[in-house]
Amino acid sequence: MPFGPDSVVLWAWGPVRVNLTLAGTWVLMVVLVTGSWLVTRRISADVEPSRWQLLLELVVEQMREQVREAGAKDPDPYLAFVGTLFLFIAGASVLGIVPGYTPPTASLSTTAALAATVFLAIPAFAVMARGWREYLRDYVRPTPLMLPFHVVGELSRTLALAVRLFGNIMSGQLIAAIIVSVVPFLFPAVLQGFGLLIGLIQAYVFGMLALVYVLSAVRTHAAERPVEPPHVNNVLDTE
Amino acid sequence: MGSIELVGIVSMAVAGLTIAIGTIAPALGEARALDRALNSMAQQPDMSNTITRTLFVGLAMVESTAIYCLVVALILIFANPFWNHVVAAAGG
Repeated sequence: MPFGPDSVVLWAWGPVRVNLTLAGTWVLMVVLVTGSWLVTRRISADVEPSRWQLLLELVVEQMREQVREAGAKDPDPYLAFVGTLFLFIAGASVLGIVPGYTPPTASLSTTAALAATVFLAIPAFAVMARGWREYLRDYVRPTPLMLPFHVVGELSRTLALAVRLFGNIMSGQLIAAIIVSVVPFLFPAVLQGFGLLIGLIQAYVFGMLALVYVLSAVRTHAAERPVEPPHVNNVLDTE
Repeated sequence: MGSIELVGIVSMAVAGLTIAIGTIAPALGEARALDRALNSMAQQPDMSNTITRTLFVGLAMVESTAIYCLVVALILIFANPFWNHVVAAAGG
C-alpha cells in the first residue's frame, strides 16, 4: 500500500519527478486562481451582483470577521497570509470528494511546507510590527532561563502544525481505502462526507492557529492585551 | 524464532498498543472539554460563537497527541525501517 501520495509518480524525466502531491497542488492552484480570476474579472458594485461574486464576498468578509474576532484590530495585514492558508487547505479537502483526486495535504511534505511558512511568518510579522530588538527580547522574558523553552516551543508547535494536518487528512484517506476493500457499498460515501467535515475543520484550525501564533508574536508583551477577546489567548498560553 | 518473526510480532503488537493506550487520555480530555463547552453554551447562549471557536482550536490541540500516536502506529505498520532492514538482510 503506498504511504501517501508522494510515492505515486505520475511522470518522470531524468531527475524530474511529478508525483501525485505535486499534480494535486497544481490542479488546486489552477482551480483557485482561475476561479477567483473569472469571478473578479467582471466585478461590479451593482445592487445585484453575480452569484459567484456574492460567494467570494461572503468568504472574504467572513474571514475578515474571524481575523478581527481573534484580536486583530485591523485584519487586512493578516488576511492575505492566513486566508490563503485556509483556502488552500479547505480547497484541497473539498476537491478530495472528486474521484481520483488525492488532497495534496495528505502528504507530509505539503503540510511541512505550510507549517514552515507559518514558522517564517511569525518573526516576519513581529519584526514588521515591533522591530528586531523588541521581538528578540521576547525570548529572554521573563528571565534568560526561559530561552531554551521558547526556542523548543517555537519548533514543537511548527512540528505539531505539520503532523496534525497530515495525520488527519492522511488517516481519512487511508481509512477510506481500507473500508472500500471491506464494505464497498454506501458506507464509503458516508465516510467521505465525514472526511469532508474533518478536512474543513482542520483547515479552520490550521488558519486559526497560524493567526493566533502570529498575533501573539505581534502583540507587545502584556501591556496591551486586548480586554475584549481573551479566549484565544488562553488557548495559546497553555501551549 | 528468527529475527524476522520477532520484528514482525513486536511491530504489530506495539502498533496496536500505541493506538489503544495512546488514545485513552486524549479521549478523556476531549470529552471533558466538550462537556464544559456544552455547559457554558447552555448557560450563555450569546457566547456560543466564541465558545465554539475556542473549542475547535482547543480540541485540535488536544487531538494532536492522539494523531502522534496514529502516525507512529502507521509508520510501524507501513514504513517500518527495522522491518525493511530485516527483510533486506534475509533476502540478501
